[in-house]
Amino acid sequence: MTPHENVPPAPDRAPKDRSMQLQKDMIAEHFRRLEQAPETHEPVVYTFVPGNLTELVRSFGALPLLPEINALQSGMRGMSRKYIAEAEKAGHSEDVCTYVKCDIGMIKSGNIGPTGTRLPKPDLLLLSYTGCYTFMKWFELLREEYDCPAVFLHVPYQSDGRLAPEHRQYIVDQIRDKVIPALEQVTGRPYDEEKLRELLGHSRDAEDDLVAVFESAKRRPSPIDAYFGAVYYVGPIFSAFRGTPEGVAYYRALRAEVEARIAAGAGPITPSGQLDDQKYRLVVEGPPNWTSFHEFWQMFSDEGAVCVASTYTKVGGTYDFGFRHDPSDPLGTLADYCGGCYTNLSLPQRIDMLADYVREYAADGFLINSVKSCNSFSAGQLLILREVEKRTGIPGAFVESDLVDPRYFSAANIKNRLESYIQMLAARRIGSSAGGAA
Amino acid sequence: MNGFVGIDLGSTTTKAVVLAEDGSILGKGITNSRSNYDLAAEVARTEAFVTARFGLLRREVERVAGAPVLDRLMRAFRVQQNLVQMRRLQALVDEEVDRGVMPGLQSPTRATLEAIFQRVEAEEEAWFAEEDPPRRSDFFRDVVGSAYTRAAEALVPDTGLSFDLFLGLWDKCIIRVENEPIGLGFADHIHTAIARLGSPPAVIEGVQRALAVELVAATTVGTGYGRARLPFPKEQIRSEILCHGLGAHAMFPNTRTVLDIGGQDTKAIQVDAAGIVTSFQMNDRCAAGCGRYLGYIADEMNIGLHELGPIAMKSTRSVKINSTCTVFAGAELRERLSLGERREDILAGLHRAVILRAMSLLARSGGIEDEFTFTGGVANNPAAVAALTRLVEENYGHRTLNISPSSIYTGALGAAMFAAGITHAGSGRAEGATS
Repeated sequence: MTPHENVPPAPDRAPKDRSMQLQKDMIAEHFRRLEQAPETHEPVVYTFVPGNLTELVRSFGALPLLPEINALQSGMRGMSRKYIAEAEKAGHSEDVCTYVKCDIGMIKSGNIGPTGTRLPKPDLLLLSYTGCYTFMKWFELLREEYDCPAVFLHVPYQSDGRLAPEHRQYIVDQIRDKVIPALEQVTGRPYDEEKLRELLGHSRDAEDDLVAVFESAKRRPSPIDAYFGAVYYVGPIFSAFRGTPEGVAYYRALRAEVEARIAAGAGPITPSGQLDDQKYRLVVEGPPNWTSFHEFWQMFSDEGAVCVASTYTKVGGTYDFGFRHDPSDPLGTLADYCGGCYTNLSLPQRIDMLADYVREYAADGFLINSVKSCNSFSAGQLLILREVEKRTGIPGAFVESDLVDPRYFSAANIKNRLESYIQMLAARRIGSSAGGAA
Repeated sequence: MNGFVGIDLGSTTTKAVVLAEDGSILGKGITNSRSNYDLAAEVARTEAFVTARFGLLRREVERVAGAPVLDRLMRAFRVQQNLVQMRRLQALVDEEVDRGVMPGLQSPTRATLEAIFQRVEAEEEAWFAEEDPPRRSDFFRDVVGSAYTRAAEALVPDTGLSFDLFLGLWDKCIIRVENEPIGLGFADHIHTAIARLGSPPAVIEGVQRALAVELVAATTVGTGYGRARLPFPKEQIRSEILCHGLGAHAMFPNTRTVLDIGGQDTKAIQVDAAGIVTSFQMNDRCAAGCGRYLGYIADEMNIGLHELGPIAMKSTRSVKINSTCTVFAGAELRERLSLGERREDILAGLHRAVILRAMSLLARSGGIEDEFTFTGGVANNPAAVAALTRLVEENYGHRTLNISPSSIYTGALGAAMFAAGITHAGSGRAEGATS
């Protein structure tokens, strides 16, 4: 045997689900429309994933564009290092959120988007503030860059674990009095509540299917990877496609695909191949690293570890808690949606959520990927770790990386921690099957 | 006789431990990791088997000739190993003179080298002859390197040749010697070692009996950063976190918290009553505050790594050093020196900075429970231990702090225990000491 036999095979770079092609086509078409927007005069609204008001934007015939999705795509395409360097050259410090720097650097490098098309300037910056302070600064920079109008929706933080009725009303009032007039102004169209209801109905249908997909991970084997795989699944609903017929069609197809895997007793496609032999079921907290996404995933799949639930896939909405967009109360439902995004939840709520996931999804362990440049996600994560450990009696793992700055992904260090953690779970398993500690 | 081998391929040193079937330690070996992990693993393993042979020999020789004779035999063996390597080094240096020194200077260079190597050899002989020689590094590179430098410092100035030329020759050739497979095994040198002692018949007989025992590596488990390089199947590779946890448990069965400060990482580990890891934290993203930091500081101050701690212990007031960034600390060190701070006070501050960083990892891993075991190369450093003792007391109150003189072997011991299938309390008991 040679030393090289321990070297893993080259990763299978692209998970080969049918739904992925569908998604790819939808996104390509969306970016084509964005590129042509200056000619077609379709208005463009920049907004962020958590608390996005895509149905409302679309009801005005405007196209949403999400800078943090572009940034993560740049990370996956190996462009972020260059973009971050550009932004640092322009004076942004090393510790600033790397999504921001990646976006700023992309703008400074010709503003070519993830599908290779040029991105249009915004007609409006719609900032829905749901817990990430950096978003505010980000749009401040873009407003300066583009000299365009910006509208701010303030979503109160759920510090006592619920969205109070007066907070809900406060959000509704802002949407009615600030956001809608701003959209009317830049699109030249009046608010069309019937249209909004129609789109919210599409959202609800897609959300039902998405939740069915998430919950499929309660099965053994899990037919999905609810972190690495699921970041693809949430792509359409987190970005421009909530409330669209294309979104509905995508989630119907995805659900059918997952149901077919359930029927076949098959696991998800991972960089190590189809993962049927699932040795460890993990819950994951924190965003993934995008620059070494496949390498990171493969560290899990090589160990036979499948992610059965994750919090990151709830940043654009916590549908598995039962929330659905409700066409009968258009502005109220948007307020509920914004208030319930993962980034807007308090620390005790995040702890409850992880502990519940560990139990409901019968996980063997849980892992936190702490992101260097994301204070809003990382703050309190060690406290979360300890508390979830205490409540579930299961040890947690802690790894550190970054969103899109490749300099902060140390493969050897992360692999070492992950392997150690998996071996620790294995040792515990042997220990408990032997009737506890000798 | 079956031996179960654990190999810990660290970034600075590679360690091997051989366990007997009953879990007792047969032998231990250590070498510097160089840039060649395969060779380092082989050297460490050979060393471990050498000490295993000496272990087998111990009772035989002690009985017939007494403990001092065995000790002298081991020293004779080390001298023989070093001299063989030194002669190889000398031959390589000679070739290098042909290649890299101007023809007019070759002859005086050779003459000076001859004198230098004579002094190095004389130092080795003196070490052997001494009744109770001071403790010194286990590595050929350190022992012969410092003797070579001392000799060159004494001899070169009078020759009109450049001192850098001699340092350059050393640097070039030591790497080659370290990366050549030179036979350093028990059978290779034991006979010349016996001859040094005057070939006492009782010793010869004991050695023969020890050599007659067939010692085979039944299973080997690898750990450490270089573990992926080891030619073992996946099941025979264990994370160093688990190995350190288990190794520390074997040395001190009441261990609940383990701190390991190695060359490039620092680990804070919590273990249960059976030595199974329940939680751990490692340094993130950079090696600030690890063993290498101290290595860098030693280089900056032009002293040996093993001298750092004893110098820092002379401090009367520790200088506050904020940076654990290795490079920044180097800058801070020079600035403090230029401000007239005393070397020992600065070094005490640097040790405290390393330990402060470890304290943060310990807190993140769940704190410090009783008993607390400190492992890794840095655990041999008295100033690091002193800083740790003080900070633990300040932050957690009294904790029993365990440090084994063999703490550097903790990971390899854990790996060997995995190899032997010993994963429960009370087995694989190694020598331990409680401070």
